Amino acid sequence: MQHGKYRFIVGFLVAPLALYAIFVIWPFIQSIYYSFTDWTGLSPDFKMVGFDNYTRLLHDDIFWKSLQHSVIFVVLLPLVTLSLALFFAFMLNVGGRRRKGAAVAGVRGSGFYKIAYFFPQVLSVTIVALLFRFIYNPSGGLLNSALDAIGLGSFQPQWLGDPTWALWAVMAVLVWSTVGFFVVLFSAGMASIPKDFYEAALLDGASRITTFFKITLPLLWDTIQSGWVYMGILALGAEAFSAVNIMTVGPGGPDYSTTVLPLYVYQSAFRDANAAYATTIGVALLIVTLLFAAIVMRLGRRDRLEY
Amino acid sequence: MGSTSDQHGNGGVGRRTLIKRSAALGIVSVPAVSLLSACASGDSGSDDKVKKGTKSKNNPLAVNESAALSVVIFDGGFGTKYATDANAQYKKAFPKAKVNFHATQKIQSELQPKFNGGTPPDLIDNSGAEQMDMGVLVGKKQLADLTPLLDAPSVDDPSKKVRDTLRPGIVEMGQFDGDPVWIMYYAYTVYGVWYSQTALDKLDSQYPEDWDAMLALCAKAKKKGIAGWTYAGKYPYYLPFSLYPFIAKIGGREVLDKIDNLEPNAWKDPAVKAAFEAYYELYKKGYILKGTPGIDHIQSQTEWAKGKALFIPNGSWVENESAKVIPKDFNLAVGAPSSLDSSDKMPFGTIWASGGEPFIVPAKAANVEGGMEQLRIMLSEASSKNFTSQVKSLSAFNGGTDGIELTPGLKSGVAALEKAGDNVVNPRLQDWYVKLQKEQIGVAGLGEMMAGRLTPAEAIKKIQGYADAAAKDQSVKHYKHQ
Repeated sequence: MQHGKYRFIVGFLVAPLALYAIFVIWPFIQSIYYSFTDWTGLSPDFKMVGFDNYTRLLHDDIFWKSLQHSVIFVVLLPLVTLSLALFFAFMLNVGGRRRKGAAVAGVRGSGFYKIAYFFPQVLSVTIVALLFRFIYNPSGGLLNSALDAIGLGSFQPQWLGDPTWALWAVMAVLVWSTVGFFVVLFSAGMASIPKDFYEAALLDGASRITTFFKITLPLLWDTIQSGWVYMGILALGAEAFSAVNIMTVGPGGPDYSTTVLPLYVYQSAFRDANAAYATTIGVALLIVTLLFAAIVMRLGRRDRLEY
Repeated sequence: MGSTSDQHGNGGVGRRTLIKRSAALGIVSVPAVSLLSACASGDSGSDDKVKKGTKSKNNPLAVNESAALSVVIFDGGFGTKYATDANAQYKKAFPKAKVNFHATQKIQSELQPKFNGGTPPDLIDNSGAEQMDMGVLVGKKQLADLTPLLDAPSVDDPSKKVRDTLRPGIVEMGQFDGDPVWIMYYAYTVYGVWYSQTALDKLDSQYPEDWDAMLALCAKAKKKGIAGWTYAGKYPYYLPFSLYPFIAKIGGREVLDKIDNLEPNAWKDPAVKAAFEAYYELYKKGYILKGTPGIDHIQSQTEWAKGKALFIPNGSWVENESAKVIPKDFNLAVGAPSSLDSSDKMPFGTIWASGGEPFIVPAKAANVEGGMEQLRIMLSEASSKNFTSQVKSLSAFNGGTDGIELTPGLKSGVAALEKAGDNVVNPRLQDWYVKLQKEQIGVAGLGEMMAGRLTPAEAIKKIQGYADAAAKDQSVKHYKHQ
């Protein structure tokens, strides 16, 4: 009964595809077009300049720095966040001591931890960034005061004011604010893994670590992969931009140590009045994103277990 | 039987694969690229200007009396009341006109699309962190020439032209290469070293007139646990407010002009080196408030107002901006840069003062005359006084301080201007080359040096490199002092 199947599918897809073409594909084509002009963004007249913007891009140190930081973000952020979230979720759902009547259970107080982890998720990244600006304040901020209190008074970094710390300080904030979401996501994933798998493993005398690597991780693989993609979006896009834009010196500093691609796009377009160059950086960002997607899809491919 | 799997080949696309692929396409759509073309170049600027009105004694600019006027004001340190008061005046003069008033902090994100689409408002206070690049606006012919306004009779005295009622330098500042005047700076800002006279009195000290006295005072303060200086560490482009006039004082104003003109090796002038080394010494001797490189302007102003540091480089808006944290007995004052030594080219008192709050009338505005008329009203003595008493800042109108009670900071600013006389300098980097001034000289150069991560020599080399790159950059319009 394959007759007319495609016509049927296409019929349903026309509207969404048209919307997708108008609001996603067309802006991309436009952006690429504008990257070959000298459009300022402040006036509708511009002319074609060929590959000038691209030549400029290749010789632009700030672009390369931004690219490097964005790549660090997209590699490290998902890795750190997802590993932490996996660990937390495992402890909350499976990692507890064995109690009577239940083969698998979370650590004591896991209900509370779940809420505590999830809490930052309800705050917007703007609020989180503002909050951490005060925490990182080198004089009288929470962090340095805490260091002081535990006898590390001599170790008082400037955090956001020091190029060696700033990027990591921003990343830590993003990890803090997103890890809770994945804890909940992975918890849900783990809850759907049949309990008898764990019971069987227990009967065979498997340790917690073995259980995690042989049962939990493989069965959660799909969820982790979605998480990875989602985290990549945050790291390349709006979330990283907001955090850097609100928290850092300059923003993007000190000395270009925290500038990321979306921030550079924004600054070129809305501060330097060079919208054409901004679209050029945008095209570079597009390429990075495509590469990221391709790599994640490629690495993520593995046999699927059905249950 | 895994019905959701794509492993078994019935030729179609499995549900999972479909979801995966759409996820891949989904992320592609996220990055900022698409954001930009959302405000993509609009259609031609439709020329729907309102008709001119009839010129008369009370209406020298021939404003169309019934045309609507739209005004956009930056809602920053000065608030917006002074502007709405001026709107009320306009309304009184032209009762049939409808005045649309809009206050915002997001000047550029709100107005850029309107410029691009050819429908800008009639008068804009282009100020704040989201200031639109004036060089580009001028270069792309987006601004109206304000010469008719300057040649119109003033509100107070019809025998005087508006241009004759302004403070020296205001008109020139609004020019870029040549005669037309593109920008009307409405506020008049005094930049310098701001301090509390009370705090100095407590140390039995006067404002230090030379650098040795400055260092001695800082040493004295340090013994009492008070830092000498603090600054907006996250926005180190506040440092030039006292540093640039210091450079001019040491080496003469030509040094600053050469820097503004982006001449080769302008930063390698000995005066620059001497000034940088003097400031660096503040860091080396531990006279900078601990943690300064990591705090923003509000935080640094608060620490300073609390008496944790004596001096802060700032502009005269600080009095209004920090009004809530400055104690009553603070006795705010501004000092001109201390002399480095007796061989300085300019006398003590040399200070940076210049126009602030740039007002522009877009060339494509519907009611260009209305925008200029609103400015003419704002430049009357009454409006200027209203501004000064409300926001504790001088305006471009020369005078207008008689009969109002001046706050300590304002009084000290007026005194500093009197003392400076002709020795007022006006470096232009911050309005000509925003990126160079803020991000490169400020954050990457001065900020790093004052945090102790660059020596003065390294900072100069780095800044000269940025200045050379800016001079070569063809996407930036270049200007020269006339």
